[in-house]
Amino acid sequence: MNWSWFHTLGSPKKFYYLSLKWERFLLSFGALFLGSGLVWGLGFAPEDYLQGNSFRIIYIHVPAAVIAQSFYVAMGVAAFVQIVWRMKLAPIALRGFATVGALMAALALITGAIWGKPTWGTWWQWDARITSVLILLIMYLGIIAIHNTYLERQLSDRLSAVIALVGLINLPIIKYSVDWWNTLHQPATFTLTEQPKMPSEMWLPLLLSFIGLYIVALAIVFIRMQTHILEREKKTRWVRDEVNDGV
Amino acid sequence: MHPERRKRALLLIVILIIVGAAAGLVMYALRQNINLFYSPTQIQSGEAPINVTIRAGGMVEKNSVVRESEGLKIRFSITDYASRVTVIYNGILPDLFREEQGIVARGKLTESGEFLAEEVLAKHDENYMPPEVSDALKSAKSNDQRNKLEGK
Repeated sequence: MNWSWFHTLGSPKKFYYLSLKWERFLLSFGALFLGSGLVWGLGFAPEDYLQGNSFRIIYIHVPAAVIAQSFYVAMGVAAFVQIVWRMKLAPIALRGFATVGALMAALALITGAIWGKPTWGTWWQWDARITSVLILLIMYLGIIAIHNTYLERQLSDRLSAVIALVGLINLPIIKYSVDWWNTLHQPATFTLTEQPKMPSEMWLPLLLSFIGLYIVALAIVFIRMQTHILEREKKTRWVRDEVNDGV
Repeated sequence: MHPERRKRALLLIVILIIVGAAAGLVMYALRQNINLFYSPTQIQSGEAPINVTIRAGGMVEKNSVVRESEGLKIRFSITDYASRVTVIYNGILPDLFREEQGIVARGKLTESGEFLAEEVLAKHDENYMPPEVSDALKSAKSNDQRNKLEGK
């Protein structure tokens, strides 16, 4: 198997210029999907028979929650690559996914609380789903904090990678919390094996806003990674040239 | 793969499996504490402690809701379709509260087996539908029942 693409991506310099190229493309496509999904979902999709209009928070809550979890998986992959192969780009990717993943976890918790108040009658409850997502947010923040210590860059990189890997255990707990235990949070509306428990005029806009937010979040990860690349490689000639060019 | 890298990869996988197993055992040991509420069956079988603040959850049984003529006091039973528990509550109910709706109540179980609730939360299920669909489903159901009554 030809692994040259892997090594190309592993070079911070090459990734910097590639991601600069992708960034505009991703941002415009993502904004298109996200915008149309949100306008459709918030303005035109039918209201729910029981919750009325408050169910529309699903168009932000569900994409944010899914992205928060899948970015954690991406961060875990970066951590594994970092520890086994010591690739230069791995800690940079880990940090990029951590920042945006933390934002998404916070967004999921906040939108969930706003929806919970009118629906459940409470904005917070220590149920297994809500608590495990709070732990996800705290893991993200802890990893960012350790990554930021820079006592010795190698040490903080490696330590944050190990913690990211250990935190992977939280992901199946989040996913199955609503099936394993009695929770206030409802079980999944969407599964891979069954029909969605929602008509298509409700889930189609959700699919659009999900794809859109996913692409936009990925673009933000790339932008964050570019900043970290410039910062880490500031002593190299190409970064000096790049930065001086802009002045 | 380089032998040094292979060693690191194997070590990582072994550590993850061990930590995963440890977390799994902790979850298994704590499974009762992680449950947010007791079901009516658990309460009827005596699993729930008496006069201690706990949560009970279930479906509000059809035609069981009795409101007092004055004040907010309400009495209803919750069921998991196997057993039922009577809940007494004096306070404001969430908008979603109605018959055949899942709820979670926080309060104390009395010795007579009634549940004195201090807080009632509505539990939403995973189904979403527009009001027209819900109306159509309801009228289809009642038509069906009428047909049955008329012996069709």
